[in-house]
Amino acid sequence: MPISYYLALSATLFGLGVIGFIFKRNIITIFMSIELMLNAVNLAFIAFARALGQLQGQVFVFFVIVVAAAEAAVGLAIVIVIARNRQSLNVERINLLKL
Amino acid sequence: MLTLEHLWIIPLLPLLGAAANGIFGARWPRRAINAVALGSTGLSFLATLELVREFAKLGPAQIPWVKSYFAWIEAGRLRADFSLQVDQLTLIMLLVVTGVGWLIHLYSTGYMADDPGYRRFFSYLNLFMFFMLTLVLAANYVLLFVGWEGVGLCSYLLIGFWFLKKTATDAGNKAFWVNRIGDFGFLLGLFLLFRQFGTLDFGSIFHDAAALPVETSGHGVLTAISLLLLAGATGKSAQLPLYVWLPDAMEGPTPVSALIHAATMVAAGVYMVARSHALFIHAPAAMFAVAVVGCATALFAATIALVQTDIKRTLAYSTISQLGYMFLACGVGAFGAGMFHLMTHAFFKALLFLGAGSVMHAMSGEQDMRRMGGLRRFIPWTYGTMFVATLAISGTPGFSGFFSKEEILLAARTGPYANPVIYVLGVLTTGLTSLYMFRLLFMTFHGAPRFDPKKTHVHESPRVMIAPLAVLALLSLAGGWWAAPHLVGGLNYFDTFVKPVFAAGETSSSTEPYTGSGQLIATVFGPPVLAAFAGFLLAWWLYIRRPETPQRLAERLHALYWLVAGKYFVDELYSFLIVRPLLWVSTNFLWRTVDEETIDGLVNGVAHEAVEVGDRLRHLNSGNTRTYAAWVILGAVVLTTVLAWMVR
Repeated sequence: MPISYYLALSATLFGLGVIGFIFKRNIITIFMSIELMLNAVNLAFIAFARALGQLQGQVFVFFVIVVAAAEAAVGLAIVIVIARNRQSLNVERINLLKL
Repeated sequence: MLTLEHLWIIPLLPLLGAAANGIFGARWPRRAINAVALGSTGLSFLATLELVREFAKLGPAQIPWVKSYFAWIEAGRLRADFSLQVDQLTLIMLLVVTGVGWLIHLYSTGYMADDPGYRRFFSYLNLFMFFMLTLVLAANYVLLFVGWEGVGLCSYLLIGFWFLKKTATDAGNKAFWVNRIGDFGFLLGLFLLFRQFGTLDFGSIFHDAAALPVETSGHGVLTAISLLLLAGATGKSAQLPLYVWLPDAMEGPTPVSALIHAATMVAAGVYMVARSHALFIHAPAAMFAVAVVGCATALFAATIALVQTDIKRTLAYSTISQLGYMFLACGVGAFGAGMFHLMTHAFFKALLFLGAGSVMHAMSGEQDMRRMGGLRRFIPWTYGTMFVATLAISGTPGFSGFFSKEEILLAARTGPYANPVIYVLGVLTTGLTSLYMFRLLFMTFHGAPRFDPKKTHVHESPRVMIAPLAVLALLSLAGGWWAAPHLVGGLNYFDTFVKPVFAAGETSSSTEPYTGSGQLIATVFGPPVLAAFAGFLLAWWLYIRRPETPQRLAERLHALYWLVAGKYFVDELYSFLIVRPLLWVSTNFLWRTVDEETIDGLVNGVAHEAVEVGDRLRHLNSGNTRTYAAWVILGAVVLTTVLAWMVR
């Protein structure tokens, strides 16, 4: 299988993640979109590592997975706090920084 | 050879005194401030005396004694050293400045005793001494100019010493600005000097100037330089047409009027002209201008002094008139006589001002002579010393003013630049001088008191104020005796002493001794003395014998009195011609248009635009996280596109 297939899939998944991030209002969905983008990138790393016969790409992927896990833990904790305080997960209502 | 090697010590001492009192004096008691101020000037005086002793041992070839301490300004061809010089002229000025200066410091400790600005006063006074000594010791025009401007600054500070009084600050400003006009001419003269001679050192300039031909045609570079220097001198020495600041300067404390506006600073112009004599004698047109300015000022100011009623203002116009005499002397080539009169004038005019201060002290600040009278019984010491000074300034034979005025008028009559008109006007001024001085004396001290002795507690001044008066009275009496042997066929020691300085130029017959004692009679009963005696008689008639006459005279000669009492309306004329147009342009054009509209407009406009732009841009900061994300993605897309395009 040529590498372009993997890259096309990766780009598609990343694009879906971006669209979900921008247009969805539920904070959990946005969170999942971020995970989707991270994994799209992981796929690209793996594809390149395989095509070039080098290990760095795979090492990066492990790092990304670890960071994503940590991020998920912190992020979900924040989501729970927001949900408790505001009884809502609508991201459009979280705009205290607005001028 | 201590002080000759270390000339800088003479001006430096008062500077240290000024700094010590100015910086640390706030927490010191009066006694410490006195010690610093009097000590520094006193030591300076002692150093000058030591300098005189050492100077006497120098050979004629070593004079002028120039010491260069370090290169001060070096720029292109211009080189000005911090160099000081001593010759006979400098010595006389040094003795007058430090000696009279110290006496006035002493007097001030009594006069200013209750003033809250005590420390500031002495700090300024010492600073003035520093600049004045720099001025007279300078060996080049640049350093002289530093002293020149410095004394102007101190004059400004001290005129406006009571800065809560509007008239005082106005007077200070006036003095400063009028002096600026003169200084502008002086500076142009210095530029021209540098262009002509390539240096500003006295020695080389005068040496080179001596080789140049005399500009008899009345135009040429030396004439231009001399006239510009004269412009500077008229500003500093309050001559026509720039004399207007000096009467107003009487707003300052009286010791300041005595020291700065009578004895020393205002004489700086005369000193400068005498110092530059080598230039002036090569420019007969400029010499004539000096004589005319001096003569006109002497007469003009004397007539105004006749009708003044403020004791200090009368003395101020008298000072202007006497300075006119000194210029007249320089203008007729008798530089030595001019310096002689400068010295004797410093004694008796300082005495007159200090005496006036003592009168004001006794009368609790009263300055109007119409509310005095009969004071001689209350303050005999002040009366006695002022009487001596009045005799001296009127030219009574035997007193110092007699000798110096005789020298000047003799040169005006028989000298190389003799001019009968100037001589006659000079004699006339002598009469007027005597008239207004005795008028002052009679109005203040004689007749019946025109105040309520019960209300005004008239009291003699403390001893620290009387002592300087007594010393100055002695000097006013004896200060002219250097020239006394001249009358009986001997030498004029003063002229002989300063002659080497003016040897290049002065061929005045005033240095030739009289022959025979018949001259003694001729001089003692000569026209100047007779004029002075006539002035005295007139004053006695008008103010003692028939005290009601002046009033009737003023009514009879109404127009004339109005003109003279209004000081010829010169101030009004200047105000109309110069001050008000200048104010109008400054207010309406420079202030409203240039400053407010253009400069402020630019600055405020830039600030206003920044606010406007920021106000629009802040809406990008929506607070919506997803909008930010969209911007991030947009940025990433743009960056990627650019990178891809560059790689290709």
